[in-house]
Amino acid sequence: MSDLFAFRGADGAGWSQPEPSMGAEASWATVPEVLRRKSPPAWPKASEPELVRHYTWLSTRNFGIDTGFYPLGSCTMKHNPRLNERIVQLPGIDRIHPLQPEHQIQGLLAIFFEMQEMLAICSGMDEVTLQPVAGAQGEFTAMRCIQEYHRSIGQDHRNKVIVPDSAHGTNPASAAMCGYDIIEIPSATDGRIDLAALEEAVGDDTAAMMITNPSTLGVFEPDISRVSEMVHTAGGQMYYDGANFNAILGKTDPGRMGFDAVHYNLHKTFSQPHGGGGPGSGPIGVKSHLATFLPSPIADRRERVGDDPKGVGDGYWYVWKEVGESSIGKVQQWHGNSGAVVRAWAFYRRYGRELERMSEHAVLNANYLRHRILNPDSDTAERMHAMPLDGVPAEVVKHEFTLSMSALKDAVGVTGRDVAKRLLDYGVMAPTLYFPMIVPECLMIEPTETESKEVMDRFAADFHTILGEDPEIVTTAPHSTDVKRVDEVWAARNLILRHPGPE
Amino acid sequence: MSEVPSNLHYTKTHEWVRIEGNMLFVGITDFAQKALTEVVWVDLAEVGTTVQAIGACASVESVKSVSEINSPVGGEILESNTVLEDNPEMINEDPYGDGWIFRLQPTDISDIEGLLDAAAYTALIGE
Repeated sequence: MSDLFAFRGADGAGWSQPEPSMGAEASWATVPEVLRRKSPPAWPKASEPELVRHYTWLSTRNFGIDTGFYPLGSCTMKHNPRLNERIVQLPGIDRIHPLQPEHQIQGLLAIFFEMQEMLAICSGMDEVTLQPVAGAQGEFTAMRCIQEYHRSIGQDHRNKVIVPDSAHGTNPASAAMCGYDIIEIPSATDGRIDLAALEEAVGDDTAAMMITNPSTLGVFEPDISRVSEMVHTAGGQMYYDGANFNAILGKTDPGRMGFDAVHYNLHKTFSQPHGGGGPGSGPIGVKSHLATFLPSPIADRRERVGDDPKGVGDGYWYVWKEVGESSIGKVQQWHGNSGAVVRAWAFYRRYGRELERMSEHAVLNANYLRHRILNPDSDTAERMHAMPLDGVPAEVVKHEFTLSMSALKDAVGVTGRDVAKRLLDYGVMAPTLYFPMIVPECLMIEPTETESKEVMDRFAADFHTILGEDPEIVTTAPHSTDVKRVDEVWAARNLILRHPGPE
Repeated sequence: MSEVPSNLHYTKTHEWVRIEGNMLFVGITDFAQKALTEVVWVDLAEVGTTVQAIGACASVESVKSVSEINSPVGGEILESNTVLEDNPEMINEDPYGDGWIFRLQPTDISDIEGLLDAAAYTALIGE
């Protein structure tokens, strides 16, 4: 155990800084009396090497895509190409400040502009903002744009947002943050949208429908055009949750399906590190009728004229464009997570049209792994207490799939949670657990396109082994991790939100 | 097997209703508390608010999920079980007793005729 507050080095700060140029006394005098501390803060007393050791030690207890297979469904934990890091660490990108004038950041502005264009193209949208820094913030931003759009055409009475019961929890949460009421509609037994239920839900009060396609069940919605038509006929807008964009990029796009707004998870589809590895980025794209409500500013360009400086050499001069008075305002300071945008741009630029193959491989891998897990050979099947069940009766899935551990629970009392915890002992991250909630004892698995057949074969074999293990071992797992089975109930009932500090 | 007392009324969304005089006590069923697993937080219904039939008015959170609790019929919330604020586990330990969630003054007591009886609810949960 390493606890920073437990360090008791020699007296002193543990660091040294040069004397302020005006002298310590004079420097101190610049701080108003009322703002001065009366006692020193209870900071740890650690020297630089102790601090380095502490964080290095912490890093060895971490688990990430760089340490092992990470099949966390709906999170698209793919490999983060190191080329992206080379690009983002170039001095012209890494060492600039958001307040620098346009003529000093032409390179970054050009990247932003190109990224906006590329995202618009792959999604069938007209205008993109890179400002939101998470998928959920993108949802909120887009829903606010939809809300302002309705106000602008005298439709402010539209106060209902429809979401399917397989939706990510962020969808209803984002809509609720805008002040909308949520109508949840049930999925049909095959996981698709129940059109009859939708027909009943849409009406003159419908503001929007929010859909993930393919859904969290890994099922593509073949009736999506019909759904869009029904919502549009009622006067509502269609919102595309881009969490599962990895399954369709280059194959089809939300614009063609009839959507008006979409968010992209640069940290999923476009390989920005996430899940403890880096900040997210959730740009949104909208059709032209919503563009006037986007947050300001947006990267733009004009032809170079007269004695304009050279710029990046493509004949254009890049600028920040203010959206104008109808904008919903900023949703993030500066221009969003620039580093994430640049990494995702590098990824997109590296592959271009080849990204279509990325989606193909993501879908192929998910179907292969699903097939392996659901069809063990007879010897293996005989050793298992119960077979994993299909989450939905689909012949093929897209980039992810769901399993139900109900049969195992009924047979020997081992739950989905137990299986997930036991997988940690096999050196892989647990799949997404108990989501979507419409599948009992649900495990949701997304291998992504960057894993090899060998990795997936090993995972399937380990999975089958666990389903035949002594229930006592599985229900008390994990055994090999630094932190064993966590008492989640106790933790949830006894919230400790602050480090108690030195005793 | 989940317990389904024969003297109560039930909703398709797994609430139970007990009639006392012209008022209703509402909670979640044994089947529902088992499916939720251990409850860690209850967001109580606001006393004095008017609710519609199958309108969400409270929520129950376990480590597994958050579920909305619906009012079985329209009416006014008279009282919420504040004991649950510090003892959410009462919902698991005594779902039909001390784990009740709110007390309702129905707009029209005859609305409860639209609810399920114990036999119909047992058939619904398929046990």
